[in-house]
Amino acid sequence: MAATTDAPVALKKNYLTALKEALDEEMQRNSLMLCQGEDIGRLGGAFGVTDGLQAKYGEDRVVDMPISEAAIVGSAVGMALNGMTVMAEMQFIDFISCGFDQIVNMMATYHYRTAGEVNIPVVVRGPAGAYGGGALYHSQMNEAWFCNSPGLKVVCPSTPYDAKGMLKAALRDGNPVIFYEIKELYRKREIEEELPTEDYIVPLGKAAVRREGTDVTLVSYGQNVYHCLDAATELEKQGISAEVIDLRSLVPLDEETIFNSIAKTSRVIVVNEAPMTCGFAGEVVARITTKAFHLLDAPPSRVTRMDTPVPWVKPLELHVLPSVDKIVNEAVRLVKF
Amino acid sequence: MGHVRPTDEQFFRTMIRLRHVEKALSDLSASGQLRGSLHLCEGQEACPAGACAALEKEDYLTATYRGHGYVLAKGTSLDKLIAEVLGRSTGLCKGKGGKMHLFDQEFGVLGTNGIVGAGVGTACGAALASKLDGTNRVAMTVFGDGANNQGHLMECWNMAVLYKLPVIFFCENNLYSEMTPLSRSHGNINLSERARGFGLHTESVNGNDPHAVFEVVSKTADRARQGQGPTFIEAMTYRTTGHYQADSGTAYRTKEEVEDWRSRSPILLLKQRIGAIAEEIEAEELAIVQASVTKALSEPTPNPNQAMTEVFA
Repeated sequence: MAATTDAPVALKKNYLTALKEALDEEMQRNSLMLCQGEDIGRLGGAFGVTDGLQAKYGEDRVVDMPISEAAIVGSAVGMALNGMTVMAEMQFIDFISCGFDQIVNMMATYHYRTAGEVNIPVVVRGPAGAYGGGALYHSQMNEAWFCNSPGLKVVCPSTPYDAKGMLKAALRDGNPVIFYEIKELYRKREIEEELPTEDYIVPLGKAAVRREGTDVTLVSYGQNVYHCLDAATELEKQGISAEVIDLRSLVPLDEETIFNSIAKTSRVIVVNEAPMTCGFAGEVVARITTKAFHLLDAPPSRVTRMDTPVPWVKPLELHVLPSVDKIVNEAVRLVKF
Repeated sequence: MGHVRPTDEQFFRTMIRLRHVEKALSDLSASGQLRGSLHLCEGQEACPAGACAALEKEDYLTATYRGHGYVLAKGTSLDKLIAEVLGRSTGLCKGKGGKMHLFDQEFGVLGTNGIVGAGVGTACGAALASKLDGTNRVAMTVFGDGANNQGHLMECWNMAVLYKLPVIFFCENNLYSEMTPLSRSHGNINLSERARGFGLHTESVNGNDPHAVFEVVSKTADRARQGQGPTFIEAMTYRTTGHYQADSGTAYRTKEEVEDWRSRSPILLLKQRIGAIAEEIEAEELAIVQASVTKALSEPTPNPNQAMTEVFA
């Protein structure tokens, strides 16, 4: 039905606004929720994800913390043991390594070591990813460290709808969740979309098929999903039909959606911007190889960051990262295999 | 708030029970019935006895891998603790935690920990939550002299001072960080002075006198409850066994030094002070501990399929 002139203009929202709305709505909904991080209160966060929350919920519930990542995540565990839900912001996800012990040894294990007596509803979230000239310590995707720590869920939304719905789901999950936000998507105009006005969540552990195809499956997450979509457009021009899967959640992993796609395409490339060796793409390939080998007509492949740190200068940075061209070339190679 | 200070006899009972527990576990370890590391606190019993007597049941506690004395003194069931240490499905954590990772929410025990200093952040979080929910609970976190060199502690001290958290940093200074004396591991061995550099209120106490420990923890817990913030307590004590079961404790200390401390051990001093009744209490507590060990040994170990449960909520 055509819109009438006096109908309300639907407002498209960006990825960052979606995250902010999720935090606001969950703070509103759960009086036992608290946010803590560096510069998140008075400033509203280095990127503005928590903008306005301290003014609305007070200094006790939106806490400006010292630059002490171990204390931020360590104290979050103590608060969780006292029945609170905590959002702990890492100013950049690279800095999470400063709190590593408290996350992998304490946060990840508490439910297990207490034989299920306590839950740890903590979401550690922060801006991640390269392609923006952030150099070595403001560019990483270090999700593999946490996927290798049982007890943690690890997720990475790529759209505003998912960013909001998955952050809300993570805050209600009851498990510690490491939440990778893609800073290059925070204010990206092209992906802005209308969000439901009513409460919704996007369940953790469900992948999304972003484009259907029949010749090759491109499995990805985060901003590489868009590289895959662009590659699929390019491949179409060459007569190759690519299906694009956005994993959204790495732990738990939606194997079914991947295998269903490979059943159609019999070829698969896993694309991510973490380094190749022991990266999450390797885990996906391993599962495909062990559980869906019979579906394959070509060896499963990976397009990832090279095994180097992230260099600063643009030609070097882009050289080591996945690109549309690299994905296209690899897809053509697989189809000809 | 404030508790009535326990009598010599009551302190003796708490401490001798702990000693019997350690003797029993030590024997079980030697005979191969107890797996893994066993970190005894022999000689340090006055710290848990004095400190936990000054806390409320609801107050929070985190402690070290040498923390079973605190857990018992806090009120946890002896049977459940022994069952956990012996890996029974009736244990505090159904055998998943083991001796170094005890947990008992009922008594505010938020965990002992196998990593030096790891529970300090947990305690600060519990203290922050207590401040927010108005329950006025205090969190006491116990760690050793060695933990003072962990960055996590320093982050937490700063945070506790900044937010005036109701937390007690209880440092057992037993003169050795695992197997290395403070003089070889600490640039400044004056731990209280270091803590004061962070703006912490500090107290030093003879950690081998349960009455003195009780008094100082009572005072600092009151202080915390009144909103006056955290305290760093340095309790001077000495471990008269090795760092763990495979350490004789004499490769880095002289036998004379160990014997000198043993001759002044808090249990011995109290025993001399209370006289004949000591042996009666000792026998009663021995029977209780033996019964608990016998009970635990008769209980089932977990089914292997339990290993895959409770990874996620």
